[in-house]
Amino acid sequence: MVLPDRNGYFGNFGGRFVPETLMSALLELESSYRHCKNDPDYWEELHYYYKNYSGRPTPLYYAGRLTERYGKAKIYLKREDLNHTGAHKINNTLGQALLAKRMGKSRVIAETGAGQHGVATATVATLFGLECVIYMGEEDMKRQELNVFRMKLLGGEVIPVASGSKTLKDATNEAMRDWVANLETTHYIIGSVVGPHPYPAMVRDFQAVIGSETREQLLASTGKLPDYLLACVGGGSNAIGFFHNFLEDGQIQLIGIEAAGRGLTTGDHAASLTGGRPGVLHGSLSFLLQDQAGQVSPAHSISAGLDYPGVGPEHAYLKISGRTKYVAVSDPEALQAFKLLAESEGIIPALESAHALAYLEKLMPLTTGEEIVAVCLSGRGDKDVAEVSSVLSAGEEVDKL
Amino acid sequence: MNGVDHKFARLKTSKRKGIITYLTAGDPDLQATEAIVLEMARRGADMVELGVPFSDPVADGPVIQDASKRALVRDVTLEDVLKLAGRLRSRVRIPLLLMSYYNPIFSYGLSNFVDSASCSGVDGVIIPDLPLEESEAFSWDLKKAGIHFISFLAPTSSDQRIKETVERATGFIYCISVAGVTGARDVIPAQAHKLLEKVNSMTEVPLALGFGISSPEQVQSIGKHGSAVIIGSAIMKLVEQGGDGETIARRVGAFLKKFN
Repeated sequence: MVLPDRNGYFGNFGGRFVPETLMSALLELESSYRHCKNDPDYWEELHYYYKNYSGRPTPLYYAGRLTERYGKAKIYLKREDLNHTGAHKINNTLGQALLAKRMGKSRVIAETGAGQHGVATATVATLFGLECVIYMGEEDMKRQELNVFRMKLLGGEVIPVASGSKTLKDATNEAMRDWVANLETTHYIIGSVVGPHPYPAMVRDFQAVIGSETREQLLASTGKLPDYLLACVGGGSNAIGFFHNFLEDGQIQLIGIEAAGRGLTTGDHAASLTGGRPGVLHGSLSFLLQDQAGQVSPAHSISAGLDYPGVGPEHAYLKISGRTKYVAVSDPEALQAFKLLAESEGIIPALESAHALAYLEKLMPLTTGEEIVAVCLSGRGDKDVAEVSSVLSAGEEVDKL
Repeated sequence: MNGVDHKFARLKTSKRKGIITYLTAGDPDLQATEAIVLEMARRGADMVELGVPFSDPVADGPVIQDASKRALVRDVTLEDVLKLAGRLRSRVRIPLLLMSYYNPIFSYGLSNFVDSASCSGVDGVIIPDLPLEESEAFSWDLKKAGIHFISFLAPTSSDQRIKETVERATGFIYCISVAGVTGARDVIPAQAHKLLEKVNSMTEVPLALGFGISSPEQVQSIGKHGSAVIIGSAIMKLVEQGGDGETIARRVGAFLKKFN
């Protein structure tokens, strides 16, 4: 069965938990998207930009030195970090900006945490001549100064959000408030597979290019399918995009890696699926970090892009159905992996992607030399270098990690 | 008969517009909320809407966001507000409405909530992020317990949605005056009048206009199609000015006096 169902549910998760004022916009978006989805011209245009603007297909790289280090399964990296703007986020923003144009909208808004989605949105807004406003938590603006500058350079207006925990969740609240007041002119480009229907399905469809390329590339180079797929999960868009094409291949183990922050038992983490319970935030029913009374708890992760208390509803469904396994790795484990990839392969991964890489430590001893592990390298780490350097100088030196 | 129905029947006979006053419960504390509600009832509020504070109030503007935040510093929960409603039930005669975003209710357990709300004597429940599509079963459960599930309509609602909403609506329909968030505005926009007129032509269920209402002049201007107004941010601004429960209650009382 193709999920979600007509009400936007993946099993028990998903739906549209939004104020009545937004419903008409969601229904309009759903029908426009359905129309575009069946329109070959739309996909042709999108793939034109994927190829000529963003640089797709991104390589599937055999990480020989990393493979050698573990001496077990072969490790392949899907190089989403080589996309224009440095992460998989642009797969989605290109799709939504083209949709916004077809819907006759002149303005796009977005929320951003690490700034990658904000940059990807400002970029496509410039490309297609759309006015662009980005909401970003004050805390995140401090952590990601360089991306704030990039968004401004690209012509985006960055609005600091001082409410709540001043991070991604609050930026999302503020973007929803903007949208509800500007429905006529504005399309809200949500950056992950979260939010009310049709966003989780639509963003998944745009990101599914990651998995379908991976399948083709791996078959072409090895004649085999992977045995394991690893991707980090914050909202979960790179993971869903990576997994989607392989859901029916039951023998392939899909593993989503969340941010355990300072540890699952400390409460300072961002692992909604491994450490949360079902709840409703930002328009959909999924797993959520919350207190006893149903108030949303602040998330923590060293990676601003994973620092979100919710997660896409399709992940909640994949967890409950057992198709995907979800685990969590801590800040220090992610930092180790960050360093390891830089040293072994000359690739500096985004801290988000470093979480997926960190799980290799646990997985690789269980694999065999015949097997293949594919990791989604969702973004590059240039944006994180300053943060990592300050964390390391506050604690240990790089060498001692 | 449910208190809300009784109230609207009386408003109709007396040809008066109803005043529904909103308060974020627990700001500055629950005792103060209780004192303010008692004063509101004395000063002619026709119904009171008790707001459960929430960490992510997406339908609210800055004033109610801040009120929510202040109440949450004191860890005010849905359960606290249900208990408060229970205490108030024995002290005031006006209908009590409970406003909450969906997650605190979902977390409490839907059937638990229906039982507790019923025990506390709550007359109606308002959930801003639970639209038509998601509320069918729950609104029915509330109805069976004698509690109205208050439906929303907005200037952006299509004719089809208005039709489906009025078919299910009981108690009253919360008409949103403007596409936007809560917060006081100077005038009632033309689109609000259009909405009231359109909806009124399709149902007997009374209509209450909310979002941006703050003055007696606005109440007079809602015209024949609306039966009541909901005043929220304007009151929470008075709460925000501070002081103990009695001081705030006097301030709110003086404000409401202008509406008589």
